[in-house]
Amino acid sequence: MATLKDSLTAETANTQPAAGSPLLSIRNVAKSFGRNVVLRNISLDIAQGEFLTILGESGSGKTTLLRIIAGFENATSGEVWMGSEKLDQQPPYRRRVNTVFQHYALFPHLSVEQNVAYGLRVAGRPEKETAQRVAEALDKVKMTAHAKAKPSKISGGQQQRVALARALVNRPRLLLLDEPLSALDANLRRQMQVELKSLQREVGIAFVFVTHDQEEAMVMSDRIALLRSGELEQVATPREIYSRPATAYVAQFIGHTNLLKADVQAGRVRCGTLSWPTTLPDGSVQFSLRPEHIRLAGGPSAPGSVRIRAQVLHQAFHGATDLVRARTPDGIVLVVRTPGGVTVQDELDLEFSPADAIPVRASSERN
Amino acid sequence: MSTGAGQGSRPRWLLLHAAAVFAFLYLPIAVLILYSFNRQGVGGFPPRHLTLDWYRLLFADAAIWDSVFNSLQVAFAAMAISLALGIPAGLALDRAQFPGKSLFRRLVLLPLILPGIITGLSLLMMFNLSGTRLGLLTIVLGHGTALISVATTEVFAGLQKLDRAQEEASLDLGASYWQTFWRITLPNLKLPIIGAALLIFTLSMDEIAVSFFLIGRDNTLPLEIWGRLRRGITPEINAISSIIFFFSLIAIVLWYRLRIRAQGSAELGTELLDISEADA
Amino acid sequence: MFSRAYKIIVTVPPVLWVAVFLLLPYLLMFCYSFWSVSPAQTIVHSWNIGNYKELLLKSVYWETLLRSMFIAARVTLFSLLLGYPLAYFLSFHAGPRKDLLYQLVIIPLWVSYLVRAYAWKTILGSDGVLNTLLQYAHLTNHPLDFLLYSPFAVVLTLTHIYTPFAFLPIYAALEHIPRNLVEASHDLGANPARTFWRVIFPLSIPGVVAGATFAFVLSLGDFLAPLLLGGPSGIMISNIVVSLFGAAYNWPLGAAISLGMLLIVVSLLFLSERLEKKWSFS
Repeated sequence: MATLKDSLTAETANTQPAAGSPLLSIRNVAKSFGRNVVLRNISLDIAQGEFLTILGESGSGKTTLLRIIAGFENATSGEVWMGSEKLDQQPPYRRRVNTVFQHYALFPHLSVEQNVAYGLRVAGRPEKETAQRVAEALDKVKMTAHAKAKPSKISGGQQQRVALARALVNRPRLLLLDEPLSALDANLRRQMQVELKSLQREVGIAFVFVTHDQEEAMVMSDRIALLRSGELEQVATPREIYSRPATAYVAQFIGHTNLLKADVQAGRVRCGTLSWPTTLPDGSVQFSLRPEHIRLAGGPSAPGSVRIRAQVLHQAFHGATDLVRARTPDGIVLVVRTPGGVTVQDELDLEFSPADAIPVRASSERN
Repeated sequence: MSTGAGQGSRPRWLLLHAAAVFAFLYLPIAVLILYSFNRQGVGGFPPRHLTLDWYRLLFADAAIWDSVFNSLQVAFAAMAISLALGIPAGLALDRAQFPGKSLFRRLVLLPLILPGIITGLSLLMMFNLSGTRLGLLTIVLGHGTALISVATTEVFAGLQKLDRAQEEASLDLGASYWQTFWRITLPNLKLPIIGAALLIFTLSMDEIAVSFFLIGRDNTLPLEIWGRLRRGITPEINAISSIIFFFSLIAIVLWYRLRIRAQGSAELGTELLDISEADA
Repeated sequence: MFSRAYKIIVTVPPVLWVAVFLLLPYLLMFCYSFWSVSPAQTIVHSWNIGNYKELLLKSVYWETLLRSMFIAARVTLFSLLLGYPLAYFLSFHAGPRKDLLYQLVIIPLWVSYLVRAYAWKTILGSDGVLNTLLQYAHLTNHPLDFLLYSPFAVVLTLTHIYTPFAFLPIYAALEHIPRNLVEASHDLGANPARTFWRVIFPLSIPGVVAGATFAFVLSLGDFLAPLLLGGPSGIMISNIVVSLFGAAYNWPLGAAISLGMLLIVVSLLFLSERLEKKWSFS
């Protein structure tokens, strides 16, 4: 008989890249610094032209993974392949990979133009070609007017564009971006997210983007690889990761959710006083229930939906909706999205349909 | 810092070069120490018959002890002057604006980079015109003045690391400027000040270029050694030199440790850069 | 934030002291240079420019000055050649031993000048360690006498003494270079050698200028090494000054030369400061 765990892992929570051979193949890569294990057994394929985000908290190993791809770190074990070429032993200056650094790393003694031209000059491209490609690149990032300026004279957002141009002008096969937007303020950040995404579409190069901001990842990516404590929790499209989180950690990391601990017995889920039918085998299980799937019950409920009463503890204004915390008589605190007009101490009639309660794996214990 | 393939392996020649420079810096001193134990004196190779005779001779040498005593007096006095003036100078450069600040800053730092002869001679001329007799006092004044810059740069660097908000918090909580100085500012400057004192003391003990011109009847240790050198080389000089080396070694290592504790990194030269940017 | 009284108390004593013991002496030196010495060996306070005429006209002063500058230039060159790669090694390739090695470099800096000059004297003499070693190893038959009492000895000794001086600001400048610039350069296709010439070296130039200035200025005014090791052919400009304040007893002339040296040094410092600012990019 299949165990509950088997059932859960059988769900294809991971999305494979689109058909065709992958651009970059990371196979069983692990990395330790002394006794500190930062990455354990990472395997990941990156497709041509896709926008993949490596998402994780600080300390998850996401920057280390990026640096291994770039060549600034060597994996302790495992391999990195680009097409039919093994990248591992190649120093960064021989890889067809370019990086946009977190703090831009623009050369202070060179002008914007000279910064962008750097890679081409080093490669010995003819001056005419260099000048033309540099002009194109600056135009693409809208920095033509500042071509002769030194980095210290331009703003953070502008420096970031220059860093982008400097990397892209070399036509790498893969572009790595290490939290490039984290130093920008919120509005500029949103603007840059849109610009980066359209730039990627235009240029057609695969982007590997590292960030800790889950909203950013959702907005920009074709696929998200969620990293926790050196292991991949889930690799899937944003929609997939949101609506079918593989583990409790993923469910909580992305967006808001309610994690309900329940027991399954003889085809029924029991969570406190709540109960609904299920096809899952017996055992303990956690369910992820998104706040927007819990509705205010008005009138007769839809067949099969689960009803609860709860008292409002706290209400927060979130623009289009309110996010409300309410406690059920069992003591479970639920996070609910309401259209507004709810105040603390109100008694609410809530309902949700069992189909929206997604079973998730418990995340393994890791530091 | 990256540890991976990106940094590149260190070139062999670089390592050899570094080793060669270290050898160049230390071999002469090593030779000197070795020969202080050589029965046959300073020249000749290889050294034979190791002996402590020269050290014994040294310890019996009254003139040397006198000069050591003089040097110690001078060093302590110079330390007092340099600190008493260098600490306020550091504070002034950090906090006050006044006409001629730029000139003051340059003047204070000048003896650090000026050849000692100019500092020594200019003071000599002043003492001569004012009728001051040359002696340990004039040497003290020379050292004290020249070494103010050491105290100033250390204090200035320490002030840069000090969070201004701490002093503001103290004032906000009702302490007066003086109380704030004694309770907050000075304790934070403790390590830089001790470091500066150590350095000033060591530099004063070793100082010869300025002292050369301000000497009266009493010799400091370096001047005593110098006098004997003019008369001929003896291994006794090797012995005293070796001892000087060891004391300086201890002093500098101590100073370095203090600095690391105070600042986290010990690059000299950066304070000179910092001070010169602290204008207006 | 600080009261007026506070600022006055911290400013006035040091400024006063510096005015009396630094500024005033230079002014007095200026005055002395216009006085003269009477045949009776006393200093006569009559104002004239005789000393400057003497300096401009007698070739011995110019020759010595030029020779001193030439020696100082060589010392500077060698100190940079020794100090820069050492600083680069420490900053970029020393790893966990960086701290220890840094201590090892600055220790000689604070160990008595006299001790180090004396060490070279004992090594370079005709009966010295080096000569007897060479003869012992049958590499030479008789002592090489250019080793001591020559400009060679002076340059060697001063290089030994001032290499750490040159090292310090170069090391500080190299340490200030953000490491992500090196990574960015590698990322863009430049190997370590090209990264050095295109990124690291240009950004370290202020340190090199500062180090060169220290080494040059301090060597130029040095009088101890020439006295100990220079011999007649190694006399430098400061030695002339020393004798003028000693046996040759002509303070005013000595003051004139000192003033000239002071002006040269101050101009070099100014120039160096301008160059450093021009080449600094942070």
